[in-house]
Amino acid sequence: MADRKLRVATTSLAGCFGCHMSFLDIDERLLDLLELVEFDRSPITDIKHCGPCDLGLVEGGVCNAENVHVLREFRKNCKILVALGACAVNGGLPAQRNHLDLRDILAAVYETEGGLARGARIPNDPELPLPLNQVHPIHEVVKIDYFLPGCPPSADAIWKFLTDLIAGRTPHLGHGLIHYD
Amino acid sequence: MTDNTLPTCLIDGEEVPFTPGQTLIQAATAAGKYIPHLCWHPDFAAHGSCKICTVKADGRFGAACTIEARAGMTVENRTTELDDKRRTLLQLLFVEGNHFCPSCEKSGNCLLQATAYEVGMMSPHFDHFYPDRPVDASHPDVLLDFNRCIMCELCVRASRDVDGKNIFALSGRGIKSHLIVNSESGRIKDTDFSAGDRAAEVCPVGVILKKRVGFAVPIGGRKYDVSPVSAQVGAQAPTREEA
Repeated sequence: MADRKLRVATTSLAGCFGCHMSFLDIDERLLDLLELVEFDRSPITDIKHCGPCDLGLVEGGVCNAENVHVLREFRKNCKILVALGACAVNGGLPAQRNHLDLRDILAAVYETEGGLARGARIPNDPELPLPLNQVHPIHEVVKIDYFLPGCPPSADAIWKFLTDLIAGRTPHLGHGLIHYD
Repeated sequence: MTDNTLPTCLIDGEEVPFTPGQTLIQAATAAGKYIPHLCWHPDFAAHGSCKICTVKADGRFGAACTIEARAGMTVENRTTELDDKRRTLLQLLFVEGNHFCPSCEKSGNCLLQATAYEVGMMSPHFDHFYPDRPVDASHPDVLLDFNRCIMCELCVRASRDVDGKNIFALSGRGIKSHLIVNSESGRIKDTDFSAGDRAAEVCPVGVILKKRVGFAVPIGGRKYDVSPVSAQVGAQAPTREEA
């Protein structure tokens, strides 16, 4: 193992931060982990852009243009990139809009749904990233080195995965830890 | 344990007895050995379509549900080579349909999911099709969610051969193949389908679902949550001679 700490970045794209919550669920093992790693860009550090890293954990699929930019930044900077959780792996719940027309969805949510303010329109601020026609898992956009499925992957699965990886082993989950639900 | 009066074949180096006429998967199942499968079911005639049960019998690839066991036959089953191929077949099935396990009430009881766990499928690998397959919730007691259909035809076989109702069929060819309901409207409510039918409980995935019982057993306590599919091989041998 390297005598310096491994640098780790994490992000949530079209995810719900549930995988990050599950990551925090490793509880006091976080202290053991911090002996081995330090965090770069992550909701934990609030660093906004990713520098060179050993490991990147990406939660969520890509549903808009910004997701694609962030994902490419991670791929560019991380030696090993991991799809963390169901949405990163197969699009997950957000991808269940994929058989619907995007314009119809936006119209339903912002214009025709009951209880909206009079004259409500689809938001069109230039600062808002443009939504993609479909939500895609991240391996359809960049190369992904490892996949950790689950909605979310359990804390034990994340811990097993990370400790295997940090120890230089191919991560192996086995029954009880591998879950798609 | 081995019955000396029966001929044997060798599956993954282990002697497995069989009665003449039994297929490899029948003999293996009777001996408590797991051969991964989806479209095969001990109570039904072999279908041989999913190819998940592909083994190497005397050096040749073939579906274990259609190959008759022969004395002295040497069979490779759970090898890295074969499980790699099975994983690829499973990945193809996953990307062809809409398999969102977190929102599927079959999760934990699903043979497709359990088989994918068994062979360590960590990702779908391929690009997703995200097909548009509307659900049919018209029946008072049963829901049809075609998004998850893997076209094993178990419901087709059960409805035709056991229930005598012939309610399901596959239609279309190649990538356009899909499950249809045999009624003028194409809706399940316009058939004599009932929740007590064999076809209502034979679906290995989450297409045919009985209403109002979806979460009677919570996620985490379900069939394949408790132990892997490979540890749940039925002790009872299928006795019926398959055509």
